[in-house]
Amino acid sequence: MGERRDLVLRGGLQRLMKRGAGRLADPVFAVVTGIAGLAVLIILAYMVVVTTYTAVPVFRSQGWSFIFSTDWSPSEGKFGAFAFIYGTIITSLIALLIAVPLSLGVALFLTEIAPRWIRGPVAYLVDLLAAVPSVVYGLWGVFVLLPGFLQPIATWLSVKLGWIPIFAGPATGLSFFGAGVVLAIMIIPIITSLCREILKAVPVGEKNAAFALGATRWEMIRGAVLPRAKAGIIGAVMLGLGRALGETIAVALLVGSRAQVTASILQPGYSMAAVIANQFQEATGDHVSALVGVGVVLFGITIIVNVAARVLVWRMVES
Amino acid sequence: MINSNQYKSNRYKDGVLLVCRRALVLVVVLAVTVGVFGLLTSRSPAGRGGSLDIADSSSSLQAIGSSSSPRTGLNGVGASFPQPLYLEWIGAFRDLNQGVKINYQGMGSGGGIQQLTQLTVDFGASDAPMNDEEMAAAEQAAGSRVLHIPAVFGAVVVSYNVEGLEDLKLDPDALAGIFLGDITRWDDVEIAVLNPGVALPDQAIQVAHRSDASGTTSIFTTYLSRISSRWDDTVGKGKEVKWPVGVGGQGNDGVSAVIMQQPGTLGYVELSYALESGLPVVALKNKAGNFVMPSLESTLAAGRGVDFPDDLRFDLSDAIAADAYPIVGATWILAYEKMKDPVKAEALKAFLNWALENGAEIAEELHYAPLPEGLKSRALEQVNSIH
Repeated sequence: MGERRDLVLRGGLQRLMKRGAGRLADPVFAVVTGIAGLAVLIILAYMVVVTTYTAVPVFRSQGWSFIFSTDWSPSEGKFGAFAFIYGTIITSLIALLIAVPLSLGVALFLTEIAPRWIRGPVAYLVDLLAAVPSVVYGLWGVFVLLPGFLQPIATWLSVKLGWIPIFAGPATGLSFFGAGVVLAIMIIPIITSLCREILKAVPVGEKNAAFALGATRWEMIRGAVLPRAKAGIIGAVMLGLGRALGETIAVALLVGSRAQVTASILQPGYSMAAVIANQFQEATGDHVSALVGVGVVLFGITIIVNVAARVLVWRMVES
Repeated sequence: MINSNQYKSNRYKDGVLLVCRRALVLVVVLAVTVGVFGLLTSRSPAGRGGSLDIADSSSSLQAIGSSSSPRTGLNGVGASFPQPLYLEWIGAFRDLNQGVKINYQGMGSGGGIQQLTQLTVDFGASDAPMNDEEMAAAEQAAGSRVLHIPAVFGAVVVSYNVEGLEDLKLDPDALAGIFLGDITRWDDVEIAVLNPGVALPDQAIQVAHRSDASGTTSIFTTYLSRISSRWDDTVGKGKEVKWPVGVGGQGNDGVSAVIMQQPGTLGYVELSYALESGLPVVALKNKAGNFVMPSLESTLAAGRGVDFPDDLRFDLSDAIAADAYPIVGATWILAYEKMKDPVKAEALKAFLNWALENGAEIAEELHYAPLPEGLKSRALEQVNSIH
């Protein structure tokens, strides 16, 4: 097989050299890709500048209470976004808690355990989940998953485990929990596909070496596959988290839209993206800049999460 | 480990099998998707336009955009609550008058007022009348008076889900008490007094409200502000307010889903939606002291005996007529008396004349209450002053 690939490569190279295209193509290519790269930076910078500029009046008038107060009453000119920040983080955490083990399980199953004929269709189906629009997830959550599946679980949790603050009742249906579960389903395909690719990239030689040392399949996965893939898996999880933090419509439909900070995940809450979606249309004046401000804070949180992920990955690669 | 020769010989077969399997999976998934989509669209009530509006508006926009077209194009933006009705009216009017194309986008009342003031549209629409400041800004921008032309009345109904409970009556105090969070249980004395002989369960009340900014919320909170000074002081009225209690669902769909799924829930939805979906509704005590069920007739009755001001910026909340349903609001078309383009002025006049004179039947089909005669003639006076 290796020989054939070499032949193909050599053929392609010869054809290119015959045409003499390389001399002109290289600089043109450099310029085109350069423009593409720059465009991303410019768009990003433009967005940051414009949104921050729009939000400055509210940052100035509210000060730190914009981030640390939960009092959001546009009619009185009070904008405290803490409940939204809290809701975004809680729903994303619930989503990660459910999605990470599941995705990792699916990815390991598909790369290490599943019979060959299952791998293709299952991987394909998981990828297909990523193509479903988020509004469909949201509506499906409200009309199908919530009444049929989540509500009974939530009620059971609140009745049996209600003495634990995070499961305190009454279970309201639309809640952090409902939003978190649907978010989990939404981020599973991303994390799964990335993890699958990462696990596939673990050299067969190392796996065989583990087997040769007498390792069982589980020991091989623990000893040879996971340590190799750790950095990549964290990257995959962070991409999933990024989507969960920014998801708008599905959360707006499911979270219950109540600006409150409560320990119980069975109670309604709010999220940053959802409040923007719900209120922007009819907002005027300070309210608009406050909502844009929420967007700026969300952007900030996303950056912090990404940087943290990078640092984590670097540390791991070094050690 | 798989032997590489064996692997090669199997690869072709595997590939073909894989492709077949993938195709099969794709077909199944597509079929399911189409089925679900069909279900979703068939169960969505008349209150939502969906993709139809988008197609409609984009094609009319094109017609207006091309200056070579001899047709007249009118552009309107505003309230989403009457959007289904306006689209029907526009469609019927276009069938009768080939020359006039009208585009309406229900992006919200606030947007309607804003775009009218910025002169980017030919008419606006709003579920609440413009306030004096907004009027002044618009009139200064256009150099013309702004007209409020009422189109139809709409009502907001209170719906609930309590097992075995069919006829629930509430008065203003009890309703405000529930939404303020003072009354938290179904067997509260204040509710029991209004429903003698009815077995009320010992169950917590969960309140459901709209989470998105909406005219429905505006009509509902305007009513609560009218009947409860405590509500007026602590919460106030608006398209979205800071609710003391409850969970927020998105749209009428979202609120009714909460009501239907959660026993013990009480919430509000717009009349047309409640009539379409058959939710149980509360009979409310009106100003005259009668318990009135929401219906087109009782909505229409709210306009009886109201002293309409000259500029037609009126309020139908808690109306005085004996058979009036109390939570009623109007929706208005906003236009300038003096329009820059006389051709457009004539077109708008023709459309509004037609809609007010002949649109009642369509309105009733869609569960909007058409204007009573007296108010209709006053609205037509406003329309005919456009030039």
